[in-house]
Amino acid sequence: MALSECSLDMIRYLKLKSVEELFRDIPIGVRIDGLRIPDGLNELELRRELEQMMSLNKPASSRPSFIGAGVYRHFIPAAVKTIVSRGEFITSYTPYQAEISQGMLQSLFEYQSFMAELTAMDVVNSSMYDASTALGEAVLMSHRISGGDKFLVSRAISPEKKAVADVYARGADIAIEQVGYDKQTGHVDLADLKVKMKEDVSGFYFESPNFLGPIETHADEIREIVGAKTMVVGVNPLSLALLRPPGEFGADIVIGDAQVLGSPMNLGGPMIGIFACRSEHVRKMPGRIIGMTTDTDGKRAYCMTLQTREQHIRRSKATSNICTNEALLALTTAAYLAVVGRSGLREIAAKNVENAGNLSAMINKIPGFKAPLFNSPHFNEFVVGSQLESKRIHQHLEKMDIEGGLILDRMFPELGHSALYATTEMHTEIDHERLVKSLEATQ
Amino acid sequence: MRYHQAVHDVSMLFEDCDKPPTEDSFDNTVGGRLPDTVLRKALDLPDLQERDVVKHFINLSQMNFGVDNGLYPLGSCTMKYNPKICDEIASWSSVGDIHPLQDPSTIQGALRLMYELEGFLCEIGGVDAVTLQPAAGAHGEFTGIHLVKAYHDSKGEKRREVIVPDTAHGTNPASAAMVGYDVLELPSKDGCVDVEALRSAVSKDTAAFMLTNPNTLGIFEKDVKEIAGVLHDAGALLYYDGANLNAIMGKTSPGKMDFDIVHFNLHKTFATPHGGGGPGAGPVGVKKKLEELLPVPRIAFKDGIYSLDYDRPKSIGKVRAFFGNYAVLVRAYVYIRMQGGKGLVSVSENAVLNSNYVKERLKEDFELPFQDLRKHEFVLSGRPLKAKGVRTLDFAKRLLDYGFHAPTIYFPLIVDEAIMIEPTETESKVTLDAFVDACKAIIKEDPAILKTAPHNTARKRLDEAKAARDMIFSWREYEKKLGQRSNSA
Repeated sequence: MALSECSLDMIRYLKLKSVEELFRDIPIGVRIDGLRIPDGLNELELRRELEQMMSLNKPASSRPSFIGAGVYRHFIPAAVKTIVSRGEFITSYTPYQAEISQGMLQSLFEYQSFMAELTAMDVVNSSMYDASTALGEAVLMSHRISGGDKFLVSRAISPEKKAVADVYARGADIAIEQVGYDKQTGHVDLADLKVKMKEDVSGFYFESPNFLGPIETHADEIREIVGAKTMVVGVNPLSLALLRPPGEFGADIVIGDAQVLGSPMNLGGPMIGIFACRSEHVRKMPGRIIGMTTDTDGKRAYCMTLQTREQHIRRSKATSNICTNEALLALTTAAYLAVVGRSGLREIAAKNVENAGNLSAMINKIPGFKAPLFNSPHFNEFVVGSQLESKRIHQHLEKMDIEGGLILDRMFPELGHSALYATTEMHTEIDHERLVKSLEATQ
Repeated sequence: MRYHQAVHDVSMLFEDCDKPPTEDSFDNTVGGRLPDTVLRKALDLPDLQERDVVKHFINLSQMNFGVDNGLYPLGSCTMKYNPKICDEIASWSSVGDIHPLQDPSTIQGALRLMYELEGFLCEIGGVDAVTLQPAAGAHGEFTGIHLVKAYHDSKGEKRREVIVPDTAHGTNPASAAMVGYDVLELPSKDGCVDVEALRSAVSKDTAAFMLTNPNTLGIFEKDVKEIAGVLHDAGALLYYDGANLNAIMGKTSPGKMDFDIVHFNLHKTFATPHGGGGPGAGPVGVKKKLEELLPVPRIAFKDGIYSLDYDRPKSIGKVRAFFGNYAVLVRAYVYIRMQGGKGLVSVSENAVLNSNYVKERLKEDFELPFQDLRKHEFVLSGRPLKAKGVRTLDFAKRLLDYGFHAPTIYFPLIVDEAIMIEPTETESKVTLDAFVDACKAIIKEDPAILKTAPHNTARKRLDEAKAARDMIFSWREYEKKLGQRSNSA
């Protein structure tokens, strides 16, 4: 290796012959001789290589895409990108030294404030990895709150999320059981919930809007049935610009994903898991929380707090092992909400409802299609039922250079041939017409 | 002392704005599409001018210290410089404007990048297969310990215990507990694993031993082969915490040391920015015998086409939706391609050189417990300062006044008044010397200055106990405490 003059200075200072001597404590038996990885590239070469590699992707900017299912393409104002590209934010670590990290700490506090307002919950942590792991943690937290070795989840949630919750539950020996949905409305099947809500159940998770699109209309009845046990509600935070927040119908824990508020899709990662709870549960909560305090001059200041719940202090007795979270996306979310503001957010949310309503009505007119499949209010996503096998429709759309909705035939066979379509403020009438024409052509 | 952080009094966004009108003409029902019963009554968010929002956050950014601002010798965290090309490529729409459930034929570039990254990590880690799904180091541990459980389950064995050294990161015992294991903390001997104590602690009930090497003191565990032997003879597995991988790339590997499972912290070793607390990425590598247990989907490559393989009946399932923190994976991939194999070896060489240089220059002023030779980081004891009534915390706060981020303090737990310093390979000798000079100057300063430090940062020392007492976690709670809002909404 070529050493710089400064490195040689340091080697001399350490009275060494070579840098190799610093590795003399690694026994011969475990040594390896370098790495079989190609030689390094300069910036220009890297750009060329990556441009070529990534040209094999078909980004949503290049053609209409109607896939959502937990990850959505929304408009990101330029000012958000400007704010989030500040090196002081991007290249900082977790704000252990609060005095020199007030910028990130206040931003995270503002994120918590926005989310508390949107969800109408008392406490929001400064983020989880994503909604799926937030659900996993919510299952564990429900157990801490209510005991019981069973947890109920609605069947109308993403199979990905369910799979992740299963792994989290398995570690704690908790069994997850599903509660059905009403075949007409897509809402929680209250009778099924009543039967399954037994003494050994710690809590129940449902979403509004749920994975299949319907907005839940019986939240108060669900709260009644769940009784003294833990009620966990999944939200799309953008929809909360219009919809009744879960804090108002008695949620104990609220989870969701704030990727929709200013972050790109990025193939589903990073996302940003929202995790909120009622005050009385805060000491059972996972993750970092930012609190308000003062400095010795009496000036308002912010720091990480209630850390006695966390792994670096409580070790095996911690509420969770999480430390690194999605702080930069929490900052992004705060910046996004500040830029679009109250009126902007409501308009964007309304545009989503309008677009989904218009598109489903257009599809419903095509013979052989039914949209939305469920008789319910929807936010920006809905199930389309079809006579034709969904895969054939999807392949046809692919030929027309359209990414169709997510095929549900295997995940939800009880729905027959069906697919989940999402539309946001990014979709134009031209996009809708193109989709509808292409669907018509399948008949 | 020339450092002065910007001091702004930035009010909260919620304060910056007049209360929104409670009644307005906005149609919440969106033309009757939404029934009244599902609608919210009030939405109390601020409405601001873009100009003021940008001012707000730019001023806040000036009250934040990152690697871009200066040395960040936070031990265990590997705060190296983050090359900007990695961020730029990750921001391309061809890279990021893609959906995880798109048809695999339309994300061939992304799948290729992830497949190749798995290959690089296999080579660096000395393992046979890697999953990129875990979102952070602790999440990698969670995944790895689930693999441990699945492995023993597949053999029909119920083992109940995971052993960790007393120098382990707090995440190790916390992750093991989340997977349902009892945790046994093993006391160290001379700063290293006490092999005899380990031998007597290991039993048929031992599922795994979690270790980082070099350990959290920065000392290379020379007996690692013997340690592996003890575990494997008892049918247990050896888990590598990859937090300290920056010390050994191309010199040794976890696989070569006989570890069975390893997690990588891409936001440490592979230079992806930490974003003020995340996102990170914590891929997990395993030896052949554990490959079938890895999370789904696996990325497969055949006849020039990348595809997703969900048909893995023995898989533990999924630890996170989709593929993991892809935008972080992209940055790490670019970093590895930029360094190349030889570059990564010199990364480790320079990290170890810088660490030993700073250690050598500071060890007389503090105490250096245990042996002399360290790897990428070292731990001093601030005990000599105690005589002057100064604690490690005071020293750390005073460093901020000199424009250096503080080292990790009070960890590992076995060192009294611990100061854990990791300079990383990206800092110049000029910077390292300035840091050393600052440390030497600080310990000669009037203790009163240290005990009230920091003085040059955006805020003076914080009352952290008050934060825990007041429990104000949002604007909403703050208003309630002030009595400006009823408790009902």
